[in-house]
Amino acid sequence: MTGYEISGLAALYIFLLAAFTGYEVIARVPVILHTPLMSGSNFVHGVVLVGAMIALGRAETPLEQALGFVAVVLGAANAAGGYVVTERMLAMFKSGKKGDGK
Amino acid sequence: MSFLSQLTPLIHASYFVAATLFILGLKAMSSPVTARGGIVWAGVGMLLATLATFLTPGMGNFGLMLVAIAIGTVLAWWSGKTVKMTDMPQMIAIYNGMGGGAAAAIAAVEFARGDVHSPAVATLAALGALIGAVSFSGSCVAYAKLQGLMQRTFVLPAQNAVNALLSLATVGVGVAVVLGPPGDLTPVLVFFALALLLGAILTLPIGGADMPVVISLFNAFTGLAVGLEGYVLGNPALMIAGIVVGAAGTLLTQLMAKAMNRPISNILFVPMQAAAGGEGEEVTGSMKEMSALDAASLMRYAQKVIVVPGYGMAVAHAQHKVWEMTALLEEAGVEVKFAIHPVAGRMPGHMNVLLAEAGVPYEKIFDLEEINAEFGTADVALVIGANDVVNPAARTNKASPIYGMPILNADQAQNVIVVKRGQGTGYSGIENALFYGDNTRMLYGNAQPVVAEIIQHVKAMS
Repeated sequence: MTGYEISGLAALYIFLLAAFTGYEVIARVPVILHTPLMSGSNFVHGVVLVGAMIALGRAETPLEQALGFVAVVLGAANAAGGYVVTERMLAMFKSGKKGDGK
Repeated sequence: MSFLSQLTPLIHASYFVAATLFILGLKAMSSPVTARGGIVWAGVGMLLATLATFLTPGMGNFGLMLVAIAIGTVLAWWSGKTVKMTDMPQMIAIYNGMGGGAAAAIAAVEFARGDVHSPAVATLAALGALIGAVSFSGSCVAYAKLQGLMQRTFVLPAQNAVNALLSLATVGVGVAVVLGPPGDLTPVLVFFALALLLGAILTLPIGGADMPVVISLFNAFTGLAVGLEGYVLGNPALMIAGIVVGAAGTLLTQLMAKAMNRPISNILFVPMQAAAGGEGEEVTGSMKEMSALDAASLMRYAQKVIVVPGYGMAVAHAQHKVWEMTALLEEAGVEVKFAIHPVAGRMPGHMNVLLAEAGVPYEKIFDLEEINAEFGTADVALVIGANDVVNPAARTNKASPIYGMPILNADQAQNVIVVKRGQGTGYSGIENALFYGDNTRMLYGNAQPVVAEIIQHVKAMS
């Protein structure tokens, strides 16, 4: 089945609008949030997990299955790790509250 | 719109909501007030997209899939929970590299299937694979460097020529992959090997000071690779999230590079040491040492102290002690502020995160632009483990590799106290004229015990 071929023009529009959105969304970010935001955007591209699942889901030969397996492991790690690290960093942005001082 | 027709309405709705949540989440993460909610929104989006994908018609291998998800999630969750705050930058690097690797692996599956018939789709798949593989191996090298597993810099002879040749070879083989018959795996294998090698070779010579910019660049790369593979798979969630991150990551990289006054091309292709081309201007004078007792009394009886933290504070885990000292000084009536250089530590905002972890309130933390004028009115500038970001050579010495980088004007304070482990130069290997200044005193030692000692002396004075 080759039903996943791209309609070129629609793809181009998506590309254009998504690129502007990405630029605009973080245009006015304060420096203190640069690292958490990098981590957060790192989490968002963890959606590659979805693509990896589709690739593995359609894999037939052992080679395809092995590659797909690697893709899913890496994608899941990207998503899970990105979430935990970002969440931990942002947990410190509770204003006015003192740390545990350990 | 044939590429969307495979998916059921429920899956479409889920991807649509997920893409919306990703964008709103990123938007929320760019303001301190809403940042914590932002990651939760994006997380809900991710969960939704993942669950919906299980319903994709015509899929198999669910057992393998669940095992793979379990392995990746558990390992990353555990490592992310246990990593120390100081080591965050390299964790971001490695998770990002995995995302790039996943994008490249998706392309590999598609090539192995021999199912990428149209040249346009094959081109996108190959481009995504190239960018993803470079991001993967490059991020691994970045991780190894920051983690201290690898020698700091490793410059090949004729590095730029090697880079150029390797890039050309990779692109050449990539063209062969795109134009060749589907299912011929030999060029595909060579293509992936070259792309992985390219990422490693590009990253090896880059010095630690430039690492944040590089990690951010690879983050943008991975986003782009994910977006491109999204086109190959006809998956709107990947397309939108990938391209949004690619664009946001590019902007973030530019902001960082600008803060360091180093064009991205310089960071990638001219290693800092090579650019220096020698020692530049000779620094005259001598370093003058002081004791923790002197430092304590100087600050205890000052009106205003500005603390300049750097990576040295982070490696020594001294942030909690520094906050304890700050609280004591404030009880004694001293005004204490923190000055954060945009690239202090290993990443923009890294210092803010560490200080926030220790409990320092935001009101005390200031950006370079906000505070630079105040150094002239400060009695003491306390520099803890920072070096290049307070080096006056950036203002005056045209031969210096950091010339033109905006710096914190710590040298304009009445007294400068520098807490530093030893007499050597900093991470970038550049001599710092500040350390030789008439108003500067050096306090040698690991930041944590040194600050602890200062605290003892300050307590004894009250």
